[in-house]
Amino acid sequence: MKLSRSEYKEIARWTDQLRPTRQCMKMLRDRFPHHSQSTLLSIFSLEYQKRTKRTISRHHAPDVMERYYQRYLNETRVRPTDPVLLELANEVDLSPALMARIILDRFLKDQGGEMPSKTILNSMLKEPSLIADQILATNIYQCTINDCCYGPLVDCIKHAVGQEHEVLLRDKLMERNLSFLDENQLRTMGYDKTPDIILEVPVAVEGHIIHWIESKASFGDDHSHRTYLNEQFWSYWNRFGPGLVIYWYGFIEELDCQRDRGILLKDCFPTDIVTLCHASQQEHTPESQKKDKE
Amino acid sequence: MVSPTELQHSPSFQPHKGRRKSGGNTPGGGQARHGGGRGGPHTEDPGWRRSARGRISEQVSLSAPAHLNFNNLEDFPPVGSSPILPGTSKPSRRINPTPVSADRPNSKPKTCFTSTPLQKVSSPPLGVEPLEGTVTVGSPMSLKEERELLKREKTKLAQQAVSLPPCSLDPCTPTKTGVRTESKVTPDSQTTCPEPSKVTFSSELDILAELYCTCISENLVPNLFLELFFVMQLLTSRSPHTHDGEEQLSMCSGNSDVLERCYLRQVHNCVYFAVKVLENQFQLVAHLDKCTLRLLAENERVASFSPELKDRLTQAQDRSTAKLSPSVSTFIHSVPFQPATDNRSNFGSDKAFHTFKKQRDIFYEVLREWEDLHKEPSWNFDAALGPKIRGMMSQLTSAGNHSHFARLFLKQLVQMCKGPRTNTPSVEAPDADLLGMLGADSLGRLKRLEERLIQPHGVVGPCPPPSFPGHQEFFRDFIQTASCCQMNQHLQDSLCQQLLQLDEVSILSPAASTGDGEDEEDGDMEQQDEKQRFTSVLLLARLLAKFLGFIAFLPYQTSEKPSKEIQETSVALRSKSVQVLDVCAVLQNSVRRRRTILTIPWLVEFLSMLDFIGPLLLCYRGALGTLLLLYRRLQLNRHEEMCYLNKLLLVSVLGWLFQIPVIPEDIFFTSEFTALVQEEDGVTGSTGLDCIPLVDQQLLYTCCPFLGEFRKLLAAFVSGSAARSGGIIRKITPTSAELKDTPTANRSQHKLQVDLEQAFFHNQPPSLRRTVDFVAERVGSNAVKHIKATLVRELVDSGEEMLKDGLQSPNSNASKLNDSICARLCDAGLESLGKANRFCNEKSPDAIRILLPVETTPAVLTTSENITKRLAAEKACSWLSANITALIRREWKSRYERVIKALRSPVAPDSMDPDGAEAELVRQGQVNTPKRKQERLVSCPPSCKHNSPLPSDILIEIKEILSIAVGPRTDEELPTGSQLRRQLQRVRNTLECRKFLSAVSEQMLQNCTVLLACKLVSGELPLRSSWGSRHGGVAVDPSAGSEPSVSEILEQLAELWEGGCGASAPLHQLFTPITVAAVLKANDTEKKNYLFLVRKLVNKGILSEEEVLSYWKKLTDLTLPTELIENFQLQSQSIELSLPLTEMQMCFEKLQPSHQTIEGAT
Repeated sequence: MKLSRSEYKEIARWTDQLRPTRQCMKMLRDRFPHHSQSTLLSIFSLEYQKRTKRTISRHHAPDVMERYYQRYLNETRVRPTDPVLLELANEVDLSPALMARIILDRFLKDQGGEMPSKTILNSMLKEPSLIADQILATNIYQCTINDCCYGPLVDCIKHAVGQEHEVLLRDKLMERNLSFLDENQLRTMGYDKTPDIILEVPVAVEGHIIHWIESKASFGDDHSHRTYLNEQFWSYWNRFGPGLVIYWYGFIEELDCQRDRGILLKDCFPTDIVTLCHASQQEHTPESQKKDKE
Repeated sequence: MVSPTELQHSPSFQPHKGRRKSGGNTPGGGQARHGGGRGGPHTEDPGWRRSARGRISEQVSLSAPAHLNFNNLEDFPPVGSSPILPGTSKPSRRINPTPVSADRPNSKPKTCFTSTPLQKVSSPPLGVEPLEGTVTVGSPMSLKEERELLKREKTKLAQQAVSLPPCSLDPCTPTKTGVRTESKVTPDSQTTCPEPSKVTFSSELDILAELYCTCISENLVPNLFLELFFVMQLLTSRSPHTHDGEEQLSMCSGNSDVLERCYLRQVHNCVYFAVKVLENQFQLVAHLDKCTLRLLAENERVASFSPELKDRLTQAQDRSTAKLSPSVSTFIHSVPFQPATDNRSNFGSDKAFHTFKKQRDIFYEVLREWEDLHKEPSWNFDAALGPKIRGMMSQLTSAGNHSHFARLFLKQLVQMCKGPRTNTPSVEAPDADLLGMLGADSLGRLKRLEERLIQPHGVVGPCPPPSFPGHQEFFRDFIQTASCCQMNQHLQDSLCQQLLQLDEVSILSPAASTGDGEDEEDGDMEQQDEKQRFTSVLLLARLLAKFLGFIAFLPYQTSEKPSKEIQETSVALRSKSVQVLDVCAVLQNSVRRRRTILTIPWLVEFLSMLDFIGPLLLCYRGALGTLLLLYRRLQLNRHEEMCYLNKLLLVSVLGWLFQIPVIPEDIFFTSEFTALVQEEDGVTGSTGLDCIPLVDQQLLYTCCPFLGEFRKLLAAFVSGSAARSGGIIRKITPTSAELKDTPTANRSQHKLQVDLEQAFFHNQPPSLRRTVDFVAERVGSNAVKHIKATLVRELVDSGEEMLKDGLQSPNSNASKLNDSICARLCDAGLESLGKANRFCNEKSPDAIRILLPVETTPAVLTTSENITKRLAAEKACSWLSANITALIRREWKSRYERVIKALRSPVAPDSMDPDGAEAELVRQGQVNTPKRKQERLVSCPPSCKHNSPLPSDILIEIKEILSIAVGPRTDEELPTGSQLRRQLQRVRNTLECRKFLSAVSEQMLQNCTVLLACKLVSGELPLRSSWGSRHGGVAVDPSAGSEPSVSEILEQLAELWEGGCGASAPLHQLFTPITVAAVLKANDTEKKNYLFLVRKLVNKGILSEEEVLSYWKKLTDLTLPTELIENFQLQSQSIELSLPLTEMQMCFEKLQPSHQTIEGAT
């Protein structure tokens, strides 16, 4: 769904106070009942990531991390069955999953005395039962499972969403009998930058010719669109000519301003598609029509 | 006739001039706005203008009003004319200066050739000694004398003009710049209407005109079009005040010396002279574009001085073939990535490959930024893009990627700049068309309006400096800013190679038509194709040559002409090294093989980039000399093998080259060049390109856009004069490039289709396009041949029958019969288009299929076939629709004559339908069946509709349940058994359909189900009963319709894991300390559930007993309560013993409520 920039800003502003928990998501849904849930989640996620980028350094200061850890230790001692860590994360406005990482990292240093490897850290976050300390394991799990913006499960969901939309896109293309090369085929051919889809025979969407399609299972806001333009879309244009980007969860409609320059935005698979149609052209010659009548 | 304002010139006038000089109003120099073409105060040969100039600068004398002064801008509007800025005009040349060229800011204005030898002469008044020796190389003596005479005349005139008593107006009026006081263009001020009856000295003028024309015809002037432009300026000259003719007459005729008379002082005489010259040079004039011819034909002065010329011009206008340039499709701007040249295997290392990936993107980023911003006044290329570009260059250097970048750069250059419309949409483009379309009246009004609103569109004269219009500017600035010797070297290598290849390109000569291209109708089809190819090759070569020249001479460019000493040193230094291109050899080879029509235009572009020293080097001087000799030889009126337009193009580009400031003026007048390479006799059998009529008006105007200056000049005149007379009502016949049967509404659709086709080729290998073009061209041509051989013959045969029949009737009239039969045959001939269509549809696909690689995918193949069909049909049909009627007429005419001659006896009449002749196979259009791409291997259950929930949705749902399980939560959030059951069913469906499932999401989903099981068996996730109370562990028969129990859910989970993909479910998590601890902490029901689940897994063979045992053994290592361990030991044994007694047995008894759960147990 396309949003005007002001609509988007309203939502973004509203998410400012939220924490990335399912309770907050519910509030968001209730506040904007006319927007689709996935669009709202996507917007919230983008905004929350921006917020995190702005503030993460504050939480990563060594003394701050130490303070979190000590607080965690103290409070679990007092009330071992409570979701201490989750509460702490919400209190200091840090993503619970990231808080879990900080604490786990600190814990492992305590245990082993040296820097835990990233792999171990990640596998423990993914599967907290690997953590020897059961109270910690429970807390960690509470954090990662409750976080709707960060964490292994969220990553997996994002990945799945992206992949599913690519499949959907391929389906739609096949329905329309449009033949294409996908990313994998392109990579084997040695292309250095590869959109999700390259049309073997270009088509015109809403009057604009496109050679490639990129599927984005997220909302297109200013920041992410700018990044995508610089890192992907223009690169595709530089190699393959004009193309189409589908932001399945919508985008700020003002961003769709590069149509004449070769970047077209849509929030769904387009319906107005014109293909090369030679058959009809031949029918048009008056002689052949005349011939038909005779 | 000179108006008071005219003679003003700036006191600070500098004696150099030239096109370089900025045209605009440069208040400082005061030399604004005078004219241009040749630059400077020295004008061409006629000492006339030039010496006037010299004089002026010395004496600052003013002429009396009402005397025509050729130096007077208002009398001879430099024409940007519309608004002749009286204040800014300066007495000097008749041609407007070009706008300052930002292109070569370094180059200095130069004097034009012809003026040079006369320079000395001009300063002393009446210095008219003939310049023996300098002028001319082999021109007959008599001519030389004539030229001299003419020059002297001109000198005189000018001198007289300037030496007239000063008028009251301030002659030096730099202050007037920019102030547009009353403009001559307005009708009011323009009161003198030239009249033939008032012409004086007509016999002398006749002689002068003849002399002048001879100089033009014999190519004794360095630039024909400059002269023609001068003549047009005479034609459109204005005289502000009506003066008594008597007075003038007396003034002029009072001078008895034939050389002292001011022949062109009056506007009547000017027009008379101009019309004479135009009449004499009619052939040349007739080759100008339609619009110019029309403006000329409708010029009231032409009409009043020579109605005959007007008629000839009107006729010529109809013959003029200049077409509107086809709109070039502009939407593709990038160079496609081609795996064959661009993928990893073409790079030395991964690093080089990835560096280049970035460089490509940066290049386009820079290009886009330029497009967006370069028009903004404060924007500066180097400041804005310099750091980025230089950073990029150093990256390229460290990766050794210059060759790749040079290729990208050149391809992009060609892509953006090759087309005829390289000029960015300039203000002038719409203007030009407008001028032609509007009537004089509206044009006049429009012009006046425009004058008020905007700056005039400048007439820059026929000799603009070399420039880099449109996107070329970007590439030039890029090269300059990059300032990277490696890149330049690679560019040079590549440009050189491409140029020499292009120069060798073979263009076929149609056997029949080697005559002069005058009456080429549309030519044969092949001939047209070859012409098109030639055009494309020529334009490309010119573009590449310009850039090659630019790069080659870049290191030597200086802003000022170096002093003599420096020149000599530089020449000595540079003559030792090899030049990038052996121009002399190229040129000689070209002359020998008669390919100058291709070579010279691009060599001219190359040489136009020379620096000041360059032309002094032997190699370039030699080449220039050869070009000069060629120029002299290319007399347009001489009938030779080379056709008129070919010659005209060469003469035009050479004339332009000779006016470029860096080309030394003396070259035109030396006699050092005499020997011209001999042309090879047609030993090879081929006649050489020069003899083929390859150039058409379109190409001429594309290569020489400055020819459009005539139109501007004349239009400016119209805007000033015609309006007053009420204008001329004209019939407007808009040209239309559209297919005649394309309705307007479909145009955009049609364009879209064409664009789509272009787009299709963009990302395909270039060979695909070549193949399609080639096949289309051949098939189209074959279609025409086939139709000539079949349809036309059949038609003519049937016509003969009709004729014979018709002649038998009693009152037959052979000529009437002839006409009617001919008309019928021509009608019938139209069906050839349909026939050609079918032919192309039938033949094209086979050829395409054979020629394209076997691996071509069906979609690409089909599209290529279809495009080929269309292109071939289009070619054939466009030729046929233009020519079939004429062809049939011609064939019929000869047949008719033969029949009439042979047989004069009438036969019985019988009408016959000529249409019966054909039975064509109608080919079924190829069915569009692009092969369906095979999806990645999936093994959905048979008849899977792929409509199960998406994995991501399920993951989100499970995540929600798990987060409820771990809390914090409210009791209302807890799922009921049936909700959970439905949820698991959805999970199952999702796991079954493989379509959307990736390994990652599948694994995560499995993981989530195991965790869910853990939360269930540990009681962490209690089920909410339908009544809100917790559900106990007691199993209920699900068939009873009540809420399913935990054990039933567990059973469902076990089945889920059993279903094929169970292996990937991380079941070990059921046995982790955290889970077991949780279970043990819970009450008995949970423990039983747990054991029940484990039992199920073993029974179903999802876990082996060994696995379970090993998990439990691990648990014993951990710090679990002993009681617990013991308990598990027992349990493990119970499993091991499979259903022996023990405590566990008891548990199981209790846990198995229904027969269902026992099924499958071993």
